[in-house]
Amino acid sequence: MYSKDFRSPKLAAHLAATLISFAAVPLPAFAHGFAGDRFFPATISTDDPFAASEMSLPTVSAIRLPGMPSFKDITLSADLSVLVLPRTALTIGDAYEIQKPPNQRAITGFDNTDLNILYEFFENDKHEAITSLGLTWEIGGTGRHSLGASSFSTLTPTFYFGKGFGDLPDQFPLLRPFALTGTLGLSIPTRAGNRSVVIDPSTGKETVSVSPNPDVLGWGFALQYSLIYLQEHVKDIGLKAPFNHMIPLVEFAMATPLNRGAGGLTTGTVNPGVIWSGQYFQVGCEAVIPINHHTGSNVGVIAQLHFYLDDIFPQIFRKPLLTP
Amino acid sequence: MRLFFRFLIAAFALALLPQVGWAHAFLDHAEPAVGSQIHSSPVQVRIWFTERLEPVLSRIQVFNAANSEVDKRNVHIDGSNPALLEVALSPLPPGKYRVVWRVVSVDTHVTTGDFTFILAP
Repeated sequence: MYSKDFRSPKLAAHLAATLISFAAVPLPAFAHGFAGDRFFPATISTDDPFAASEMSLPTVSAIRLPGMPSFKDITLSADLSVLVLPRTALTIGDAYEIQKPPNQRAITGFDNTDLNILYEFFENDKHEAITSLGLTWEIGGTGRHSLGASSFSTLTPTFYFGKGFGDLPDQFPLLRPFALTGTLGLSIPTRAGNRSVVIDPSTGKETVSVSPNPDVLGWGFALQYSLIYLQEHVKDIGLKAPFNHMIPLVEFAMATPLNRGAGGLTTGTVNPGVIWSGQYFQVGCEAVIPINHHTGSNVGVIAQLHFYLDDIFPQIFRKPLLTP
Repeated sequence: MRLFFRFLIAAFALALLPQVGWAHAFLDHAEPAVGSQIHSSPVQVRIWFTERLEPVLSRIQVFNAANSEVDKRNVHIDGSNPALLEVALSPLPPGKYRVVWRVVSVDTHVTTGDFTFILAP
C-alpha cells in the first residue's frame, strides 16, 4: 500500500557559540539541512534526518491504488515543522484525500493527523554524517474512516540517517556529490485488530471477523546526486540556473508488515525525480513506481513545494523557539 | 477543503514573493574556477557568493599539497560587491592547491566549503 507522505523535519540551526569572540557581532546560525559542507534537501517520499523550521505546502500525489476495483487516489498534504529546542523539532502534518473508484462518486476527506518529534543526536561535519531519532504519533480517529483512516493511534519510533560522500578520496571526484539519507521505523498500532460483526441475512447468525493490524517496519532511503555540491566543491562544469541548483535523486519508500498473519509482504515504491533548491524554498517532482502488484500497477506522480522558514523569517525562526 | 486551497494559494504566493529575507551563502563561482587546471600563477583567489557576507567572520585560506598556507592572509570583501570575498596570493609554483572557505551571511548563517585547483607547469 502506498503510504501517505509524512515528511519530518530536517536539520536546523545549531548555535555556534564557540565561533564568536566578537561581542558586537550577532551569533551565527548554521543553516538547515547542512552537515559540514553538504546541503541535504528535504526529500519528498522519505523522511530526512534534519530538525529545522520548515513547511511543505503542498505535497501533491496521484496514483492508482490496488483494490476491487482499483481506484485513483489524489492526496494533498501539508506539514509544518518548528525547531523548538536546539537539534529538536516538532512537526504536525495532515492530508486531504480524494479517492475515485471507477463509475462512482469520489470519496473525500482528511487523513489522520500526524505529530512528530525529532532529535538530532549525532553530527560529524568532516564526514557529512548525521543521525536522528524521532517518534511519530498518528492520531487515530482524526481522519475519515471511509478513506481508510484508522480509528486507533499508531506510534512509530524511527531512526534517521544522512551521509554525504564528499570525504571520498580525490581519485573519485565525480562520486563525491553523492549522498544517502534514510529511515528505519517501526509502526506500532495501539489496537492489534479490528473486530466487526456481520449478520448473515439468510440465517440471521452473527459472524465476528477480526482484521489484524500488524506492526509494520517502514524503511526507505534516498540516493541523491547534488549538482550544487559538484559545482561548489568538485568541479565547476559551467552549469547555469536552474540546473546548478538541481539534485537528481531516487527514493525508495518501503513497508514490511511483521506479524499477525500479515508478515513478510513488502510493499513500496521507487521514486526517481529531481529537486531544485533555492535560497528560500525548493520544489521537487518524482515518478512513483510500485515495486509489485500489491502496491499497485500504475506509475503515479508526487510533487512538493517546500519552504525554509528559518531563511524566510529569520527574525522568528533563526533560533529555536524555546531558547531564550 | 476551501481552507486548504486558501493555504495552497498562500503557499504559491509566498514562493513568488520577491526575496525579502536573507539566507545561507552558497558559492556561486570562483576564480580560479572550482576543480580547474590553470597555467599561470593567480594573483588572488576570488569567490562570488549568493548572499552578502559578514566581513569580520568570513575567510578564505589557500593551502599547497604540503598543507602550508600560501595566501597572504589579507581576506577582504570587495569594495563594490559585498558578496565577493578575495584573498591575495604569493607567486605559486606548479602543484595542487586547496581553497578552504568559511563565510557568514549577513543574517548570520554559516556555510563552509573547499575546492581544489591545479597549477600546471
